[in-house]
Amino acid sequence: MTNHWNDIGNSDCILAIGGNPAENHPAAFAWITVAKERGGKLISVDPRFSRTSSKADIYAPMRSGTDIAFVNGMINYVLNDIETNPGNYNLTYISEYTNAGYLVNPGFKGPAELEGLFSGYAGGLNETDSAKRKYDKATWSYQLDANGVPKKDKALKDPNCVFQLMKKHFARYTPEKVNGICGTPKDVFLDVCRTYAATGKTGKAGTVLYAMGTTQHTNGAENIRAYSVLQLLLANMGVAGGGINAMRGESNVQGSTDYALLFDSLPGYLGAIQSVDTSLDDYLKRLTPTTRDPLSNNWLKNYPNYITSLLKAWFGEAATKDNQFGFHYLPKPEAGKNYSHIALFEAMTAGTVKGLMCWGQNPAVGGPDSELERKALEKLDWLVATDLWPTETANFWQRPGTKPTDIKTEVFLLPALASYEKEGSVTNSSRWMQWRYKCAAGPGEAEDDMWMLNKLMLKLKELYTKEGGPNADAITKLAWDYGDPPDVHKVAKEINGRDLTTGKQLAGFGAMKADGTTACGNWLYCGSYTEDGNMAARRDLTPDTFNIGLYPKWAWCWPMNRRIIYNRASVDLNGEPWDKEHPVIKWDAASKKWLGDVMDGPAGGGEPVAQGGYLPFIMTAEGVSRLFAPGMGDGPFPESYEPWESPVSNAVSRQQSNPIARIWRPQEKGSADRFPIVATTYRVCEHWQAGQMTRNLPWLVEMMPEPFVEMSEELAAEKGIANGDRVVIESARGQVTMVAVVTRRFKPFQMNGYRVHEVGLLWHWGYTGLSTGDSANTLTPHVGDANTMIPEYKAFLVNIRRA
Amino acid sequence: MAEKAILYDAARCTACRGCQAACKQWNESDEGEGEKTTNFGSYENPRDLSPKTWLKMEFREVERNGKVSWLFSRRACMHCTDAGCVKVCPTKAVFHHELGFVAYNKDLCSGCGYCIEACPFNVPRLTGNRISGIGKMDKCTFCTTPNLDRVDNGQEPACVKTCPPHALAYGDRDKLVAEGRKRVATLQANGNSNAYLFGDKELDGLHVLYVLAEAPATYGLPINPKVPAASVVWQNVMQPLGWVLGGLTIVGLGLNFMVAREARLTKGLPGKKEE
Amino acid sequence: MELSRRDFLKASGTGVGSFVILGRLRPDAGSRLARGVSPLLKKIGEKTTICPYDGSGCGFIVAAENGKVVNIEGDPDHPVNRGAACAKGASLRQLSADNPRRLRHVLYRRGGGTDWEEKSWDWAIGEIARRIKNTRDASFIEKDNKGTPVNRTEAIGNLGGAALDNEECYLLSKMCRSLGLVYIEHQARL
Repeated sequence: MTNHWNDIGNSDCILAIGGNPAENHPAAFAWITVAKERGGKLISVDPRFSRTSSKADIYAPMRSGTDIAFVNGMINYVLNDIETNPGNYNLTYISEYTNAGYLVNPGFKGPAELEGLFSGYAGGLNETDSAKRKYDKATWSYQLDANGVPKKDKALKDPNCVFQLMKKHFARYTPEKVNGICGTPKDVFLDVCRTYAATGKTGKAGTVLYAMGTTQHTNGAENIRAYSVLQLLLANMGVAGGGINAMRGESNVQGSTDYALLFDSLPGYLGAIQSVDTSLDDYLKRLTPTTRDPLSNNWLKNYPNYITSLLKAWFGEAATKDNQFGFHYLPKPEAGKNYSHIALFEAMTAGTVKGLMCWGQNPAVGGPDSELERKALEKLDWLVATDLWPTETANFWQRPGTKPTDIKTEVFLLPALASYEKEGSVTNSSRWMQWRYKCAAGPGEAEDDMWMLNKLMLKLKELYTKEGGPNADAITKLAWDYGDPPDVHKVAKEINGRDLTTGKQLAGFGAMKADGTTACGNWLYCGSYTEDGNMAARRDLTPDTFNIGLYPKWAWCWPMNRRIIYNRASVDLNGEPWDKEHPVIKWDAASKKWLGDVMDGPAGGGEPVAQGGYLPFIMTAEGVSRLFAPGMGDGPFPESYEPWESPVSNAVSRQQSNPIARIWRPQEKGSADRFPIVATTYRVCEHWQAGQMTRNLPWLVEMMPEPFVEMSEELAAEKGIANGDRVVIESARGQVTMVAVVTRRFKPFQMNGYRVHEVGLLWHWGYTGLSTGDSANTLTPHVGDANTMIPEYKAFLVNIRRA
Repeated sequence: MAEKAILYDAARCTACRGCQAACKQWNESDEGEGEKTTNFGSYENPRDLSPKTWLKMEFREVERNGKVSWLFSRRACMHCTDAGCVKVCPTKAVFHHELGFVAYNKDLCSGCGYCIEACPFNVPRLTGNRISGIGKMDKCTFCTTPNLDRVDNGQEPACVKTCPPHALAYGDRDKLVAEGRKRVATLQANGNSNAYLFGDKELDGLHVLYVLAEAPATYGLPINPKVPAASVVWQNVMQPLGWVLGGLTIVGLGLNFMVAREARLTKGLPGKKEE
Repeated sequence: MELSRRDFLKASGTGVGSFVILGRLRPDAGSRLARGVSPLLKKIGEKTTICPYDGSGCGFIVAAENGKVVNIEGDPDHPVNRGAACAKGASLRQLSADNPRRLRHVLYRRGGGTDWEEKSWDWAIGEIARRIKNTRDASFIEKDNKGTPVNRTEAIGNLGGAALDNEECYLLSKMCRSLGLVYIEHQARL
């Protein structure tokens, strides 16, 4: 989240799209209620009428997988409305704080000219050769002046400026086209556009709340890109009640991502080292952004400070200038090779992965094409699983339909302590790091994961010290001194970082250096455990300067306790808040100081832009935000493609699906004649994720005892299905049996006269626990987003019949 | 002392069912493996109130002019002023708390089941013992369950405290009636012409007030509920007689044997074994 | 951290403080109930925690006596939930050690085995470390074909983290990289 849960209460309009907060973030729904009581509007965009829709001012049905067409249509509405009613928009924000006026390479061509593709594509339309499914992004660039600074036309008139290119790109997404793709009735769609575009007025704020309904698509990252474009045109970034807010589904999925439990990053979103990085310098050259624009702060110029301090935290004394601070101790994934979840299970299937550790994760239920992933586990020599319960993953060898004696995998199942049986911190969607305590005793011999990690690492150090092995230094010289049992405060302090010359905890990442005199485990968390103590444990409800619900002394928030990021965009060029009612920050001319939230940028924050201060979006090299985003793999503007499996042709171009999405198993693609029904998956309030944490709790099981599939009365009538019947749902990957919930809340999509049915399945279940049932992910494909490789769980094809 | 009440706002409720779980959590009404349920084509479960489930959420779908609504409502004791259960209870196990609502002391219950017949909302549920015939009634106690008493300790009931979207409020009944009327007026002004405050006048005033976006019947609530006439007779004639004859518990036990079985046989009400 | 009385009674959005009210029992004010002092109304070890379910980060107060959970409900001081809890949060007590389905011992299933065997921690840690070392060393790639040190193994995968604490995530991240793992993934990718 750029903003935070409480801040939703400040919003004038909430666009819940690709998420269902009433169902999956129910406590946070309180803040939607607060906004509504203030007169704010709630818009719910969802394939079916949900618990969130039940409280919405506008419900807009949208076929799964067509988010980009929907949002691009909204952007088109706004672009047109800016022409007609410029007074309703914050044009200063658009021209000064975004790259709308930046001139783009004249060689750049978009899908309007290239049949759905952008310039630089190696293949042809609907390319199947995976080597050619990629872009050369040379033309996705700015025109530079003699000093190497991007050329701009702040009047936004130059035909090559981003704003004019956008008008060309988005004009194709008319309300009629949106209806033809999404199935959203035109009047409802226009109602959404009018209502949400009203937040473009200076002083008004709209927020986008999304979750996995947005990300779990082959076009997932571009879905969010579309929100970004919309939010920037409406000047909704950086302001109270605005922002792009990912409602995170696990208590610490924000933290686990911050700590880089992903192949492609290092803690604090530093890039993973790759095989092309022959030295630390190479790595820094590849990743440290540069700018010639004197107004750009370009915060990531500090990259060297962060990576060096990380290496010092990991290798301590063994990290010296001479050995590039232990740079080569770290593994280097092969450049260009994908090691993401799907790739891991494909490698397991191929037999190259022999061992797997699984810490409180249950891919046998949560992974895409889950029977494939369960079979992959059979190929392992050994599996280690830590959990509170026996999981489907740990039990894969005795799942229905298998013969345990044929499965040679050794399995270690380690009993773990629950959240309130151990001490440590978690980071919520708001980026708040909150400390929690050991409140109760755990069962039997259960231990916390940190205890296990510590034991294991100490044992490995012992083995490598005694026996040696390849790159043994990376293990034997690893700085690992937390005691036994480990002291969580020692770890938290190491994460915050310290000055190695004084021995004092660092107060913030501004103090970090690249010369090896500071150590820090995660630069984003620098400031969380200072000489003043454990900031995450704070329980002080003192209001913020402007009383907009920031709670600056409650817990701690990364970065630097900044509660709303990009907050420098919440003020005009003179530092005056756009929204007088909910100022986030404000320049006080008398004291020459910023008041309010912790300002984006270096301590003190410099002067307002009009007085020579730096531009607001410090995390881009430009200093402004990007309406045109060349960093994306599949195009600098969001373009609508159909999901990998779809019953219809792409109505906006002849390029059917995402042109660079990696296809693992083309043979497992279901055709629309065999599988004519769109399917999506979702969750319910009473259960959580892959289910073990709720399917073992009797009160929750009795409320929601088994998986179901929701469908319209029309589809049920066609198939002879009655409410409560057991039905078989089948895809090209497998089949499941579930209870049919026949409901008026699901309607067939009418798309320019063409009718498409959709069904929704709950995915929490598996074969282990107090409540068991079929896993919806048996049906989902091993295909992922073009940028992130997140599996396309949310739009695939099935057929359905009575059991 | 000012009467207390709960205000339930169906227009705010998201049916997260925190209340349904919190009720069990606090009152320890269901500490085992839960009720065995199956999905019957709905988000709703268990299907009915029971000795283990004193509060449940109901889900209804309504479609009008092509527009779908998903209506949520709360099902639990309404804590009537004109309370049939209080009238008929021979042992005073069910009684009006000084704060107005209908409290319950299970220790005093003889299991006669009269309250079941007397309730216009079909709320009390009986756990019977098939051999002895001695049973116990269960229903919402307004969180005044002996030894688990929140209200008398200055706390709001567990359901109210847990409600994320503030669809439940607890406070002085007068104030909540005023607040409820205000919200109903707002709903009406926003086009919900049938919006209604249920419990304002019903049965001389309920201590659970419902702000409804639609007419009560749409939520399955009775129009103009009344205490069954037979119950009134009981209160006015039979009960004083009972008190005179035998005092509280003995009569209760004697009646219980017949009534509990009869109730189970004739109405199909839960007759679960005592655990 | 032991919560102070003040923390409990501080004004909050939804009520007058927490349920585990410390003393302040009103005398029986005329109702017919003979009220005892609830075991839940004694001063016992209340501590705060954050919900393990979704990413809202709601606060809860756990009341436990001698390590056994007696009650869990929303923390009325917490700015996100103000004491509230959804169905999952309100059921948190059933996650405790009293749930008979919780794992109590290290379990091991040998290759081709048909059942779990109970094992000691010492044994398990030793055996797991041995398997990591064997698999890692047999598959280790020290240099790529250009001679660049790449120091990785592609034979061991690591999953998980979103259910762990930050400090655990950090150590897991650090351990995996020191071992040369590159298949490091978790729920955030799903």
